[in-house]
Amino acid sequence: MFRFTRFQLAVHAAALAPLVALIWDIALGNLSVNPIQDITFRTGKAAMVLLVAALAVTPLNTVFGFRQGLRVRRALGLYAFFYAAIHLFVYVVVDYGLDFYLIWLELAEKRYVLVGFAAFLVLLLLALTSTRGWQRRLGKTWKKLHRWIYVAAVLVMLHYAWVQKSDIRQPLAFSALLILLLILRIPRIRRTITRLRSRRASKTEDKGPAFSKI
Amino acid sequence: MVKALFKVAWYDSIINMTHWTLSGPRRPQTSTQPIVDFSHPSFLMITTSQIPSSEITPKHIYLSRRKFLRGAGLAASAAALAACGVPAATPPPDPTPTAVSSGEVAPPQTGATTDELGDPLTPYDAVTNYNNYYEFTTDKEGVARLAKDFPTSPWQIEVGGLVNKPGVYDLDDLAKFPQEERIYRLRCVEAWSMVIPWIGFPLAELLKKVEPTSKAKYVRFQAIYDPEKLPGQKTRWYNWPYVEGLRLDEAMHPLTILATGLYGEPMPPQNGAPVRLVVPWKYGFKSIKAVVKIDLVEEQPVSLWMAAAPNEYGFYANVNPDVPHPRWSQRTERRIGELKRRRTLPFNGYAEQVAHLYEGMDLKVYF
Repeated sequence: MFRFTRFQLAVHAAALAPLVALIWDIALGNLSVNPIQDITFRTGKAAMVLLVAALAVTPLNTVFGFRQGLRVRRALGLYAFFYAAIHLFVYVVVDYGLDFYLIWLELAEKRYVLVGFAAFLVLLLLALTSTRGWQRRLGKTWKKLHRWIYVAAVLVMLHYAWVQKSDIRQPLAFSALLILLLILRIPRIRRTITRLRSRRASKTEDKGPAFSKI
Repeated sequence: MVKALFKVAWYDSIINMTHWTLSGPRRPQTSTQPIVDFSHPSFLMITTSQIPSSEITPKHIYLSRRKFLRGAGLAASAAALAACGVPAATPPPDPTPTAVSSGEVAPPQTGATTDELGDPLTPYDAVTNYNNYYEFTTDKEGVARLAKDFPTSPWQIEVGGLVNKPGVYDLDDLAKFPQEERIYRLRCVEAWSMVIPWIGFPLAELLKKVEPTSKAKYVRFQAIYDPEKLPGQKTRWYNWPYVEGLRLDEAMHPLTILATGLYGEPMPPQNGAPVRLVVPWKYGFKSIKAVVKIDLVEEQPVSLWMAAAPNEYGFYANVNPDVPHPRWSQRTERRIGELKRRRTLPFNGYAEQVAHLYEGMDLKVYF
């Protein structure tokens, strides 16, 4: 039923690697003496990287004509949600031991918790409606709804930046990447790039063998 | 499939953490210190100066003894590992004591394996391998490796400013102050905490020697600046060198110590060797490491963290569950080695001794 291309297999393996590495490190006791924090950090990072990867799929196709990526976009988004879910679960259940009063205070007091939680709610909604069935049922609304992924991504960047003690170089780097990816989605820019690409493709075809035929 | 993996991860983490708590490497308590009498209200301030020097065991003796105890500890944890079906990586070292020769007096032991609230000491390995020491790296587990060869001798502390008798103190001078053991809770502003048996002496002893003038209101501490030896100082992200400050009465408080060791041995470089400040009722960042300069001043000093983020770190930085921080829960903390969070105590549990210093002050303003 499922037939994966090599590329798809590689993507799935890469997306699951952080989980495997985490389980490995937990089992071997490789985590620090503050293991709950380690698990929280690592799952959060994995979720963020996968979210950016999911958002890179369309621009990669626009700029490089990398069409294979389109087949893993949904999976990347779901993996991002999966790691975000573990991240939140560890925070609520393991770290705060289901002490909802304390968690409520944290939510009310700390902006990074608030934006992180908001991002999770968006991802949850998008994950639930990610099936073909919901795609059909929602019709045009589906596309509009799933544009909320941009909002989630921005919230995640704020979450990541605000949780840093002082050095925000990494959050800035990821945010810059995200901004670039979002710019490449602006319809006018996207159309211009597509036009340039097709012109260049036709030129190279005139000269000789194309280097990228898909 | 995903569900199954998730279950495994969760289950493993619980097993692992419980296991860690039960059989984690606990360094046996050995030191040259007297028994701390918990029934006595001044147990925190017991000094060793009354012990005749004949009763203090030569260092190599207690070191060899430590080796023995460490071996025993390893054997115990190896046994625990074996019980869990994990093969021990190395055979436990020979647990025969080698140098406790006849006629030698065994080192006086604190007998204390807990703080005065009954909480166990944080294992030596955790204390010396999980360090916030940005002069080396922001990676807490990376400090020990980078600090390994940090030269801590010779070393000098310049004490000056508004004092009658400024002076330069080297390690021998510092060793002349009566050293004592203090078991203190260390509460990091990042909401984790440890219980650490420090060795050191009250800062007040040093300050009395230099005789602060009546103009002196604050004490300013400065740590070493040497980017060649402290690679973290090459980044311009922080305004090096590390600076901290105390009000003079805080500095003179008997709980405030200059620490020169922990767990009965000289201070490891990753913990701030050769000499660091320890102020147990304040967040850990106040306890500046590798001090080279102490100045008595009139104006409130600006610490490195105050300069970096004034809305997050105040001058006082007393442990206070009622003053929230934008990132870390200050109501609760995780004691290293424990699974559950615990409530953070006002003044880190030292309110009885220090709360009077802040009478009449709004601690939400002066945080």
